[in-house]
Amino acid sequence: MHLDYFQLIDRILDLNMDEKTIAVEAQVPKESTIFEGHFPGYPIMPGVLLIETMAQASGWLVLSLLKFERMPFLAAVKEAKMRGFVRPGEVLTVEAKLVHEGSGYAITDARIKVGSKLRCNSTIMLTHVPFPDPALRGHMDAVAKRIGFPQQALLP
Amino acid sequence: MSSTFDQVATIIAETCDIPRDTITPDSHAIDDLGIDSLDFLDIAFAIDKAFGIKLPLEKWTQEVNDGKATTEQYFVLKNLCTRIDELVAAKSAGAGAGT
Repeated sequence: MHLDYFQLIDRILDLNMDEKTIAVEAQVPKESTIFEGHFPGYPIMPGVLLIETMAQASGWLVLSLLKFERMPFLAAVKEAKMRGFVRPGEVLTVEAKLVHEGSGYAITDARIKVGSKLRCNSTIMLTHVPFPDPALRGHMDAVAKRIGFPQQALLP
Repeated sequence: MSSTFDQVATIIAETCDIPRDTITPDSHAIDDLGIDSLDFLDIAFAIDKAFGIKLPLEKWTQEVNDGKATTEQYFVLKNLCTRIDELVAAKSAGAGAGT
């Protein structure tokens, strides 16, 4: 996780375009100023950042399904449940599955596990629009390369 | 079997917490019921699921923005229900083709 840049996904583990699922990995930093306040003596990952992590995993899934032609943005979070604490240094497996593809929006079910234990889950709604700026498209291409996006998934 | 309007009105009432008896076929979803674009996405999702269709919201929005259609054509509920019925019929016709 690059918390300072709000880039929370480290690596794509699996992308299944047929099943419309994605699994990614994200390691919580062992140290961050966030943990100095949240909380002193008992550092845990803020729930909002876990939600953002699920949203970013969902975003990569939708971006893939849209063949990088449109950019997804977080629109709504439904039924988010924080089921257990996430501590500094833990390695998260984030999974998302597309449950509905609407006109200009998509809905996923996403969850975060540490090992085999479910730590949180939510339904995520994303809207998507044509890339509003070429710089953003270039940035997403660069991040895709960094996190090991499987380019062959975009082949017809 | 409830009518398309009854189903849509129930969806709107439950999704947006609007009293069911204030929702009529002549209600404009935006102007009369005060539904914003994000809430309308929730409604579209529920309608898509309930009727097994995909409301072409982007196409409608583009037509309105281009001045080729009015919001009344798509967002007055009786008109919305007509569109839904057309989409359901088109889907049924497509599903039956070649069988």
